[in-house]
Amino acid sequence: MKSLSEIETTSKRASRAMGFSWGVAEEVAKGIRLLEFFGLPGIKNLNQYYKDRDNRNYENSKIIKKNNKPNKLPYCPITLGVSFLDQIKKIEKFKKCTFQKIAYPILFLPFLSRSSEIIGKKLLFQFDKNEFLLNFNVNISSNFIRKKFPSIAKKIEVNFLDNKDSFTGTEWKNLYKLSEDTFVEETDSLKQGAAGAGLTDND
Amino acid sequence: MKVELRDPNVIMKLSRLGSFHQSKLSFLRSFLSEFKDWDYKRDVFNLDKDGFGVAVYSFKKKERVYSLVCFANKINDDDRSDRVIATKWDAAFTLHDGVPDIKDIERLKNEVPKQEVGRLSYKELTLSRANKSVRMFNHVVESLSNGSQPNLELLEKVGYLYRTTAVYGSGKFGLADRFRIKNREEINGPFRLEMMLVYLVRQFTFDQVNHVAKSKNPKKAVKLDPKICKNLGIGNSTGLGMAPFIVNHPTLLNNWIFCRETALKKIREIKIVKIQDSELFKSCVRNSIKNITSWNTESEYQLKKINHLLRDVRKFLDFVENKFSFETDYPFNKIYLWLEKEACEECIEYIVSIMMEPFGEITEPLIKKMSSDEEKYFNIPTNRTAGNLKSIIEAKYKNILEIDFEKQTNFKKFWFISKNKEEPRLADRFEEQGSELEQPLAIARDIKKLYNKLLSTKKTLRIDKFLNENSDLRHVVRRAFIIEKFPYSEIQDNTISENIVPIDMLRLKLSFFGALKFDPRSDKWLRICMFQGAPLPNELGDYDEQWVYKSHS
Repeated sequence: MKSLSEIETTSKRASRAMGFSWGVAEEVAKGIRLLEFFGLPGIKNLNQYYKDRDNRNYENSKIIKKNNKPNKLPYCPITLGVSFLDQIKKIEKFKKCTFQKIAYPILFLPFLSRSSEIIGKKLLFQFDKNEFLLNFNVNISSNFIRKKFPSIAKKIEVNFLDNKDSFTGTEWKNLYKLSEDTFVEETDSLKQGAAGAGLTDND
Repeated sequence: MKVELRDPNVIMKLSRLGSFHQSKLSFLRSFLSEFKDWDYKRDVFNLDKDGFGVAVYSFKKKERVYSLVCFANKINDDDRSDRVIATKWDAAFTLHDGVPDIKDIERLKNEVPKQEVGRLSYKELTLSRANKSVRMFNHVVESLSNGSQPNLELLEKVGYLYRTTAVYGSGKFGLADRFRIKNREEINGPFRLEMMLVYLVRQFTFDQVNHVAKSKNPKKAVKLDPKICKNLGIGNSTGLGMAPFIVNHPTLLNNWIFCRETALKKIREIKIVKIQDSELFKSCVRNSIKNITSWNTESEYQLKKINHLLRDVRKFLDFVENKFSFETDYPFNKIYLWLEKEACEECIEYIVSIMMEPFGEITEPLIKKMSSDEEKYFNIPTNRTAGNLKSIIEAKYKNILEIDFEKQTNFKKFWFISKNKEEPRLADRFEEQGSELEQPLAIARDIKKLYNKLLSTKKTLRIDKFLNENSDLRHVVRRAFIIEKFPYSEIQDNTISENIVPIDMLRLKLSFFGALKFDPRSDKWLRICMFQGAPLPNELGDYDEQWVYKSHS
């Protein structure tokens, strides 16, 4: 088994060899390490993408807008990812953005994952019927398990999820009520002696 | 009184970093301190009469066990080489996480002796190999088997029976990644498991030499005197492989130096020094002279450094013993100011290290801060502006900006990774091929390039937009934002100049390891000694913390 350290070093060197700057190669390497750490096929797809790049061209996106459509060629997931990461504070304001044609969308995922951590919001990445929830760079959950990642995703949506509860007020109340069963009813004497501060603090 | 931390522009110069010495903060000393109450055991010792076979040593505490698995093999004299191109070694080692079972040992037997071309698993933490100092080893075997102890003068010259030629960790060749073990309290310090490996290897060398001597002459052989064992360490040959590490791990480098600087600052701020503390300090300086005079090297460069050091340490000792009183306020501050004025860089750093000896209460908490969660500082704050970045560079890379990179002598060298061994190398850009594949280790040159670009960039331009057009500078943009928070994260020198002395980079790292006896064999590699004078495993429960200044050789 290859260690994550080997995965990162080799991805960085390979990315540099493909013509990316050292700084971008470092970003790719961190991303592939992250994917493999989360159990996603980073090395496999990076390898395939770099093979394809020998024969095909991809579009480099520098400015991310609310709706992004390449002129002709699919977006390079790496330059798109780096731009997304760099511009995340601005993009966040869109609440949602769309892309058409991203090559090897799995390679775009780690940039979204890191962006999620930077802005402190979960991101929902969707293409076709596939969904990936990026949780603050702590994990990635998905309905896309054990399927082969496509070499191109045609219609992509990234939603910035508001930080809100995933449960109803009633569900919370019920649980809270149950938790109260661990509390001790305070008698007058406990009120006097069990707390740190005085009953009045007018001094 | 408040003492300022020393200026990174002075401390982070290569000549200064190359003058650092071991101290209480060094990793091998903090390793001993952490593992002093662990149970040490020799679990397996299956060597044949010539000393070839398998041995296992362990440290255990509660449920946690670390086991050193040793494989000693027969090799031809022609195959014995300290260079990284070697493919065979007298012995190969791995530190296994837990107790290895028979299957593990069989697997490791096939892989560990192969080193870089073998494959380890997540169950292994570090990997190393070592060669005998044949002259020493044979002499010791000969003496012991004849019933006498070896010639101390000869031992003194070398200081070890074996030399390691590489110690690998953190995910290399399939070894466990750091993330798997980083939350273990006992390894909350850099390179702790590498230190454990080297320490246990040292014990293996004593056991092996005793075993071979006994096999040779069972009736007459005696064991190597434990006092002699104690004064032997483990040698190490180190080449350029270590140099890029300190460039590639800026926050870690910062934390090492920052802790050292913080210790010095706190010691200088002590108003009244207790008599036992000043006496301990003076006795360490006094004893250390014996160490300096025992360093053997043929390197003119190092001989000159040792001579200057010796001259200045003697001068300092005369000052501190005859012309200075510790009864004054802030005595260590006064001592430091004297050193700045009167001593060479090597001596200043030497005495700074010794100043820490009486002050465990200052160094102990710092040891825990010497690791780094590097991932936390990887993201570039792209919402900042080009103006911010320019100001950071002006403040933090002042001397770097003065270097003229138009002059060929200032970019004569380049760093690359060799195809044969995947190891870092340094070559002349104008005489050798391959500079187009240069590694990103010329930080000074690239920072200057970034700065020049910023001079013609609108101050209010955001970094995300700047990076859109300047992807080639991304690696140094990241570093500049790191140094803003971590003042000691960068070498404030030119790593590609004609005059670079790469062993300064190696010495910096080795001093934090706790190495002694720097012996440069060229400007690109050196030999050192580790654990010489250190307590033996059975003495760890109660040992003299200043052992390093009390070795006899």
